[in-house]
Amino acid sequence: MSSDYIVGIDLGTTNSLVAYMQGDSPVVIPGEDGLNLVPSVVALDEKKQVIVGNGARRYLIETPERAVYSIKRLMGRGLEDVQEELKLFPFQLADDLNEGEVLRIRIGDRTYTPPEISGLILRQLKRNAERFFGASVTQAVITVPAYFNDAQRQATKDAGRIAGLNVLRLVNEPTAASLAYGLDKKKNGIVAVYDLGGGTFDVSILKLHDGIFEVIATNGDTHLGGDDIDNLLIAIAVDDIRGDLGLDLRKDARHNSESVARIRKAVIEAKIALSSQPTAKLDVELPGGKKYQREISVAMFEQMIQPIIDRTVGPCKQALKDAGLQPEQIDEVVLVGGSTRIPKVRRLVQDLFGRVPHTDLNPDEVVALGAAVQANILGGGSEITQDMLLLDVTPLSLGIEVAGGVTDKIILRNSTVPASATQYYTTQVDGQTNVAIHVLQGERELARDCRSLARFDLKGVPPMVAGMPRIEVKFLIDANGILRVSAREQRSGQEAEIDVKPTYGLTDEQVENMLLESYDYAEEDFRQRQVIEARQEADTILTVLAKERKNQAWRELTSDERGSIEALEKSLLDVRKGDDYHAIRAGIDALNQSTMHFAELMMETVVSTTLKGKSMDDTGIEEGPQSGHPVAKADFE
Amino acid sequence: MRAVHFCSACGKVQPPKPVDYFTFFGFPRKLNLDTAVLEKEFYALSRRLHPDGFGQANEQERAWSLEQSSMLNDAYRTLKDPIKRTEYLLRLEGIELEEQSKQATEKARATGELKKQVVPPDLLEEVFELNMHLEELRMQKKMGEDDPALLEEIGKAKLSLEEKHDALLNELKAEWKQWDESEEESSRRKALDKMLDVLNRRNYIRNLLRDVNEAME
Repeated sequence: MSSDYIVGIDLGTTNSLVAYMQGDSPVVIPGEDGLNLVPSVVALDEKKQVIVGNGARRYLIETPERAVYSIKRLMGRGLEDVQEELKLFPFQLADDLNEGEVLRIRIGDRTYTPPEISGLILRQLKRNAERFFGASVTQAVITVPAYFNDAQRQATKDAGRIAGLNVLRLVNEPTAASLAYGLDKKKNGIVAVYDLGGGTFDVSILKLHDGIFEVIATNGDTHLGGDDIDNLLIAIAVDDIRGDLGLDLRKDARHNSESVARIRKAVIEAKIALSSQPTAKLDVELPGGKKYQREISVAMFEQMIQPIIDRTVGPCKQALKDAGLQPEQIDEVVLVGGSTRIPKVRRLVQDLFGRVPHTDLNPDEVVALGAAVQANILGGGSEITQDMLLLDVTPLSLGIEVAGGVTDKIILRNSTVPASATQYYTTQVDGQTNVAIHVLQGERELARDCRSLARFDLKGVPPMVAGMPRIEVKFLIDANGILRVSAREQRSGQEAEIDVKPTYGLTDEQVENMLLESYDYAEEDFRQRQVIEARQEADTILTVLAKERKNQAWRELTSDERGSIEALEKSLLDVRKGDDYHAIRAGIDALNQSTMHFAELMMETVVSTTLKGKSMDDTGIEEGPQSGHPVAKADFE
Repeated sequence: MRAVHFCSACGKVQPPKPVDYFTFFGFPRKLNLDTAVLEKEFYALSRRLHPDGFGQANEQERAWSLEQSSMLNDAYRTLKDPIKRTEYLLRLEGIELEEQSKQATEKARATGELKKQVVPPDLLEEVFELNMHLEELRMQKKMGEDDPALLEEIGKAKLSLEEKHDALLNELKAEWKQWDESEEESSRRKALDKMLDVLNRRNYIRNLLRDVNEAME
């Protein structure tokens, strides 16, 4: 059952988790440190080894130039739309970045694209799961914010491939949460999921009906979350420090990055503390022996964050409107994401929907648990999931640019996916063989205000008089929310070739190259583990064999039999020293075969000694099912 | 007759047939449609066609399931909404909605002219007055002035338009009956023409309401 495990992964802005379905319930797989949450932090240590998770966190303070966090904010985005993030986050872009190129972030003296950094996080989660199962894991369901656009989804899928994972499905985070919730409650009705995480906000409204989870409307903001609260508190602290201590941390930012990292750590701790206590203290050491100290009350904190959390109101109202529902028609409200631990956020949700939200699910884990449920469904399902089906929607309208730079919407937002639309094109000039199509995503009227997804070049249109060709182009949004395009010239029946230039994102070839690199590591990791496991198994067999040689049955074997067993024993001892796990396994199998008769004789001994009234202990055979065959594959716990 | 989505012998998913949405669900081409039955059918077919059920199937079956379920979703989205359903039927019957038709839209965009809209005669006076009020409101907004009396006037007009908008849906439904139940080709054609007229008027009012909402924001 080596690759039968399909895991569910929550690739979060702040923390990531991996979960799987254990029998009837989804469970989170802990890391080597025993913790469920893997911080989405990637660092390079002194030896240029990649460190991910809790181990990487200390580098954020000690050597901020060798660590990166919140990379999810940059997924699927271009240079021009991350300018705001660059002001607020210590991302260091590569110096040799060309226009139109996928972003690359500097960590130490290396550069990585956002999908590669996310890929490193995914690889860590994959390893955690593999260690847990003792088997390789190659298939996963990964969650994304519901409001992620096509480019952000594609980037996430690329990250999975780079990590050596076949991404069976991208699931929207609030929808995943509803799966975990629905599995728990098994109730029909309308559910609203309010998901305020580290960097993204989503709201989804679903109809639960006999196991069908139908998303009716979704909305959100892919750049709104706990990070924004942290950045606001940091900005206030930096202003305070300049005013009170005369120290301007904004100047010479690179030099002061360590101080800013310390402030960040302090404000995050204060933010968390303020969810359960009336005040929190900030106490940060600064260069030159200076200290920044301040006390924040809940009242002050709530006043400061009001403008940020108010930004969630618009999307909630829009989602209700799109669903055609009034707040009182919502039966349950589910909270997801660490930021929903803030009491002020809970009150806001309660006011918005007019009911007390559910808080009995762990808001940090519920998305990963739901991903595990979906992984189980895709793997063929089990008794508990067999009636469950997720019907999700596309969060943004899909359009194409038409004359005058206007967007013609062809698939409207909140359409259930898969969804499709067919458009017809023709040529403007005699003999024209190419037709260009610009695909957009967004709600605005003008193409320039929407998100450019890709430019398609339809090639190989048979040369005809202008206006004669009739090219049918089918746009299909799949169940992952990712666009696929196919085209056919109808008069000739010829399939038109489509050249896709993603506006933001890696080409297949680029992903392939990154994939191979990390595959090398993955192969090596896998091989090493196989060797270790095979050796352990060989040791078990050799130990048992050595012990059972004292058994009377050994003497009942022919000398040929004994000779052959001893020869195979020796050869297993030899290959065990090497690191060819195939050879070790072959040696184990051969030894197993040759000791069959020995095992049978031992069984007979057991029977006869028992008949003679002797106790089992005297036979030298241990109790238990495995002891029937002395060299059987040992199942160690 | 519902289109055949599955193999009669082995029950496996088949490639989609190029059928209309009514046929896809096995419904007659009628506009009075029980949406509860439609939803039930949609859920039942979703369970059998959605790609989630084909996670372990071969590539060919996965591709067919993707195409079939996208068609199922497109069909359901179109048929469950009374306006979209009517518009779809009109298109099936070879009628392009003038005001909304692609050609008209593209022509307007290419030439930069406003799309020509025929004001429904019974609305002429009301629309004229409303447009004057809206112009006044925009001017006042620019100057930063506030005129509660004007807002009230516009609010009243808006309410009246909303009532008309809703009433047109009922008018449309009356024509559905004509289309669904009539045997004669000529009276069916007449029903289609009337539906087209109702839809155009309704669209006109909808656009007007959008302008009002924008001006009042």
